[in-house]
Amino acid sequence: MPANLLDEPEIGEESKQPYLWTLNFGPQHPATHTTLRLVLDIDGERIVKATPYIGYLHSGFEKLGEHLNFNQYVTIVDRKNYISPPMNEVAWHHAVEKLLGIELTKRCQYIRIIIAELSRISDHLLCTGAAALDLGAFTAFLFAFNQRELIYDIYEEMSGYRFHPGYTRVGGVMQDFNDRVIQRVRTVLQSLPKALADMEKLLFRNRIFLDRMRGVGVLTREDAINFSCTGPLARASGVTIDLRKDAPYLAYNDFDFTVPYATEGDCYARFQVRMEEIHQSMGIVKKALENLPSGPVNVPIAEKFPMPDKGTTYNSMEGLIQHFELIMPNRGFETPREEIYAAVEGPNGELGYYLVTDGSQIAWRTRTRPPSYIHFQVFPHMIKDHLIADIVAVLGSLNIIAAELDR
Amino acid sequence: MSQAVTDPHATTFKTLATVLGDGVFSTSQYLDNLRLHVPASRLIELLTVLKNQCGFSFLAELGGTDYLGYPGHTRHRFEVHYVLLNIDTTERLIVKAGVDDPNPTLPSAYPLWRGADWMEREVYDMYGIVFEGHPDLRRILMPEEFTAFPLRKDYPLRGRGERHNFQKLSREQS
Repeated sequence: MPANLLDEPEIGEESKQPYLWTLNFGPQHPATHTTLRLVLDIDGERIVKATPYIGYLHSGFEKLGEHLNFNQYVTIVDRKNYISPPMNEVAWHHAVEKLLGIELTKRCQYIRIIIAELSRISDHLLCTGAAALDLGAFTAFLFAFNQRELIYDIYEEMSGYRFHPGYTRVGGVMQDFNDRVIQRVRTVLQSLPKALADMEKLLFRNRIFLDRMRGVGVLTREDAINFSCTGPLARASGVTIDLRKDAPYLAYNDFDFTVPYATEGDCYARFQVRMEEIHQSMGIVKKALENLPSGPVNVPIAEKFPMPDKGTTYNSMEGLIQHFELIMPNRGFETPREEIYAAVEGPNGELGYYLVTDGSQIAWRTRTRPPSYIHFQVFPHMIKDHLIADIVAVLGSLNIIAAELDR
Repeated sequence: MSQAVTDPHATTFKTLATVLGDGVFSTSQYLDNLRLHVPASRLIELLTVLKNQCGFSFLAELGGTDYLGYPGHTRHRFEVHYVLLNIDTTERLIVKAGVDDPNPTLPSAYPLWRGADWMEREVYDMYGIVFEGHPDLRRILMPEEFTAFPLRKDYPLRGRGERHNFQKLSREQS
């Protein structure tokens, strides 16, 4: 609840200064979840000014992108938003393939949609669960994290890695979905509705939760546009932009889904939008799994850029040559000397890459448009005149991932 | 189909031609990315017209690139790109402005979009491009004591030893 409604003694501007306290919040604080630091100027419990200091996790990911080739860099993009790594991979290779002019096979497009939507579910589960946890509702968080474990099991089965799968490749994926992966996706689809229903029962009528979320951290539609907000943050404020609908990539045209939005713009609206998006994503995954096309998953090696799989490399001359050309540092195929901005709808918002190539296998520039970074600059604006206790509610609803924030 | 039907930017160009006249920007295109190259002196003028009269109310992306040593590059050393989005028509445009060493300076887009705040700070932090009119242009990802601009092409991948020479504060000193 905004604290400016409270009685406030009238003090002149110059005599107001000694009343302000400075409070350091973070970088290590249980409610920031990762490494964020805020310096708060407070008047009693009321926040007059919040100044974020970021960069604690800066690891030069964009500089690394200028020294790794398109397939190697997938291990780095995983570590940006580590809550939903496959989404980062899909975004990165979407930009690369668009620049190289590679048209994916239908099966690959569906597989990428499945992993992208699963990571959206996983991200929203973390965000909604952790938001509840920070406000004291521990059980909902456990329900959410149970499901996240099942999604990690899918990653493990499809790629061999639980946390950072590194699953996509230029022109395809690392290996095709097998029956066990599909079985595990089915398991998630079966158990998720119950978990969501449990969470909703715990939270939607929870008085404490509602009182701390409703009317807190309001972002108006004008501000959302002015501050370049995208994703659930913008949609909860009534800006109905969703790249899956506006500029359909992969095979999103084949799917029928709605884009949930709200107009209140407070923490509760963002929470609701995320919960509803989980339901929509579930529908997409279910439909994609039912209609998963057969056929090859990777584009043929005649396209030059895709990495041939192990069987092709060891059993055919073309595959071996291709593999040699791609792996050896002084070989490789010519890329266009061009640049492109390509974005996908990530769980937090528009996740884009501004990619510049100079003809070699290594990008000249890999600028990421990180939604967390752009959303965190709204925070000082949103938290103004709120109480200290509201920080955790607002931070939880923004879903700031510090690794993506600092890169 | 004729060009007028398929070109999604037709209305925008019509407005731009009416308001600004010719010779303000040049264009280039790759796939669906249409880029307007504009000199730094007319950047804000173009952005203002695009925002207020062409409906590009949303600044989707802002970032920089260093083209030092880029094969066949003849334009400026640094280029800053502004990806603009028209929320109603989902039309996208990229505005590119170039600057050169020494003292690369561009006017700030902060008065137009507050979202440019941190994005411009990051470009300043990584490339040393100064945005005039930005209210709070400080380093954002790198520490304040850092003197180099790490994403410039003449800055080595492994740094210049800043990490080893970083000032350490021991428990006794604090």
